[in-house]
Amino acid sequence: MSGTVVMPARRRFDWMRRTGLVAGALIVGLVLLVAILAPWITPHDPFVQNLDNRLAVPFWMEGAEPDHLLGTDGLGRDYLSRLIYGARISMLIGLLTVVTSGVIGTTLGVLGGFFGGKVDDAVLFAITCRLAIPVVLVALAVVGLLGSSLMLVILVLGLLLWDRFAVVARSTTMQVRNLDYVAAAWASGLSTPAILVKEILPNIASHLAVVATLEMALAILLEAALSFLGLGVPPPLPSWGLMIAEGKDYMFFSPWVIFVPGVALFILVFGINLLGDGLRDLLGAGDTR
Amino acid sequence: MLRFALRRLTVALLVALTVMVLSFMLTRVSGDLAISIAGASATQQDVEIIRHAYGLDRPLAMQFIDWIGRAAVGDFGESFFFKARTADLIMDRMPITLTLGLVGLGIALLVSIPLGVLAAVRENTWVDRLVQLVAMIGQAMPSFWLGLILMITLGLQLGWLPISGTGSWEHYVMPGIVLSFSAIPALTRLTRSGMIQALGSDYIRTARAKGLSRLSILGKHALRNAAIPVVSIAAVQLGFMLGGSIVIETVFALHGVGFLAWESISKNDFPVVQAVVLVLALIYIGLTMAADLLNALLDPRLRAS
Amino acid sequence: MSEALLDIQGLRVEFGDTAAVRGASFTVARGETHCIVGESGCGKSVSALAVMGLLARGARRSADCLTFAGKDLLARNEQQMSLLRGDRMAMIFQEPMTSLNPAYTVGSQMAEVFTRHRGGSRHAALDRAAALLGRVGITAPGMRLGQFPHQLSGGLRQRVMIAMALMCDPELLIADEPTTALDVTVQVQILRLLAELQRDLGLAILLITHDLGIVARIADRVSVMYAGEVVESAPTATLFADPSHPYTRGLLDCVPVPGKVKPGDALGSIPGTVPRIRPSFAGCGFRDRCTHAAPVCAGTVPRQHAGNAHEFLCRLPPGWAATGQAA
Repeated sequence: MSGTVVMPARRRFDWMRRTGLVAGALIVGLVLLVAILAPWITPHDPFVQNLDNRLAVPFWMEGAEPDHLLGTDGLGRDYLSRLIYGARISMLIGLLTVVTSGVIGTTLGVLGGFFGGKVDDAVLFAITCRLAIPVVLVALAVVGLLGSSLMLVILVLGLLLWDRFAVVARSTTMQVRNLDYVAAAWASGLSTPAILVKEILPNIASHLAVVATLEMALAILLEAALSFLGLGVPPPLPSWGLMIAEGKDYMFFSPWVIFVPGVALFILVFGINLLGDGLRDLLGAGDTR
Repeated sequence: MLRFALRRLTVALLVALTVMVLSFMLTRVSGDLAISIAGASATQQDVEIIRHAYGLDRPLAMQFIDWIGRAAVGDFGESFFFKARTADLIMDRMPITLTLGLVGLGIALLVSIPLGVLAAVRENTWVDRLVQLVAMIGQAMPSFWLGLILMITLGLQLGWLPISGTGSWEHYVMPGIVLSFSAIPALTRLTRSGMIQALGSDYIRTARAKGLSRLSILGKHALRNAAIPVVSIAAVQLGFMLGGSIVIETVFALHGVGFLAWESISKNDFPVVQAVVLVLALIYIGLTMAADLLNALLDPRLRAS
Repeated sequence: MSEALLDIQGLRVEFGDTAAVRGASFTVARGETHCIVGESGCGKSVSALAVMGLLARGARRSADCLTFAGKDLLARNEQQMSLLRGDRMAMIFQEPMTSLNPAYTVGSQMAEVFTRHRGGSRHAALDRAAALLGRVGITAPGMRLGQFPHQLSGGLRQRVMIAMALMCDPELLIADEPTTALDVTVQVQILRLLAELQRDLGLAILLITHDLGIVARIADRVSVMYAGEVVESAPTATLFADPSHPYTRGLLDCVPVPGKVKPGDALGSIPGTVPRIRPSFAGCGFRDRCTHAAPVCAGTVPRQHAGNAHEFLCRLPPGWAATGQAA
């Protein structure tokens, strides 16, 4: 008599993770390339209106014009060209916001984590206060009061989205601070600023990189939301959020006008998140969500 | 427990005070209010009259103390645009926003807890990876766009749900779904990691050794412990959702606090903007404090100390 | 010898490319206390978990025979096993601090075993729980029922675990190092309690330990495990008097006996450590550390009888130690 109970073995799906990282990097790289090359690859001027050719349909619908691959918007502007220029705005907002908020958050987090005590209490308090502030509402209010502009949106989002940088920089600095080589740096008489820059920062950089992707995705989504509400990037700039807002009037008859920029937005943000998730696994950055 | 609650309350009050300063500063440093109120066609003289009438020529500190003193008793001044008391406006609109937030949170919990449990039970299988992929898709979805897509599909093409307004409970379904997307990824991941931790624990081995049913092991023993952090994050998420409902209320023309804020911002109606920011921040502070206390109540080990 | 309650022949458990148990065989008679001893990693806990059907996901279990009270456990699925567990076979663990659910009261955790297997009201289950808490020597059982695990000491929690295991009057209690995590004085109390329960309730106990002192104190029968095999099995007195496997001898030499060991004498020790065994491994697992190893030890090792109910797994003939035949 013999019996065997085979329990399901743990199957690993690492290939799925690696695929995610590669796909994410490809998406982000492609959008970045398109954004940089925008003036040379757009078939039309994204600002030129043609009221005689409004709401031309995109290539997958009947009656599409080969000249306007993604059709035209409510003012007859070439949709593909506007989409390509929109990538510029999204990437610009995403990158600059992350730089701004990254500098603020990392500085606060490293200081709190490294010095502890009263400094850390103050940093924690700042983070708590920041979290209590409704981001979308405050961003809208500031842009509403000062008037919409690209730089203002970047500045406002940069000043609001530093919390996760601070949280992660703080906790990782605390871990790194107690490691042997930092103690050795102390012993060798390195000054405190030198230790922070040379020993702490390089060791928490991988964690910050993961946060940067998350915040970049968030900043892009927020900019789109602000622009959609008419208090972000001012027209006629082709922000994807603004394109959706402008398409809203036609969406019940020509749904593709909101479909196209929305899908672009989703794919970019999804790609950035994939990249961040892949980086997290690759760098072993732990849970920074 | 009492000392913990008191300390938590002190921090909450300090945060509230800071946020009050910030929301006051917000409207003062963002340009000259008198010019904003007076409008583009006003003369220099008009602006000066308005400046004096609204007390904007007094020192900032005086203005702040005056504002905070009134705010403390629920007087946020009069709306320039609606010509009504700001506090009344907010009170009128709040039920809609709260309903929306609770519906959104309810949907989020109904989706993310089963998904998180499923992913944990099937850890490292394709089911687990699929759940994580779904969470990531939810995270990448632009909420206002999803709202429009739902309006086109569920509302217009299928005709299942009303497209906008606040007439019946059905009006809250679509906005609730959209709002829930902002909380589902975080709640799913938290449930998953909590369940994985719980399922690997000694007390689950004991529960299995007792011959308990799978339902009891998962639902009673594991989920109860995994749910403790989920409950507190859910409260925090509700706070974020109320703050973020401005976008969704605008899309669906739900006349809640968020919609009020959007109208006020468009009309330069700064007492209302200021008050909404403050009220939403205070609700968030209250929710996080409640979450911490609830956490302590749910965990017998914390309750005792 | 009475009828075997638990009969295990040729049990194998593998995790990935490690064989944790490879062909272990032993039986537990009704009402006896059977100890399994061995170093950590020898497969004794895994064997117990395999009997209960509590192995981690990814473990592969097989056996020539695995029966409990005449029931074939190999043929039972998880659902059918769960009906036996906690009812007719119960288990307690090494870590009383973490083995109880922190979120529920002692009473609630005890009552659910009874209502699950015997049905009836929660009230009746709580009454039984209170009676059993008294039986395992806990004062004020009514009060303890309403307490949470974190409010109890380690010794109390292990008593609660024992009482909980007894809720449905099991025929077999598996105790996996139940005293290892406890203070020495508490250890003695728990062991005394187990011995008492065994006597009063006619319970069979399978006690897993690395402590020969515990074995000498309460075991009727001992099985020594090494590298996933039962290398020797005998009644307790026989094993201590006439250890027939080189490993058992080495194990006994490691225990200082007052009076026999003079201060300053070197304690015995076994050189080397337990090897990690792959599924393809053949022959005696102890041969790398054995002073009697010979080339034949890499082949199939014979199971030999050294007298009444005394078996061992070695090439050396029975009684080799006494006659000095070892070569």
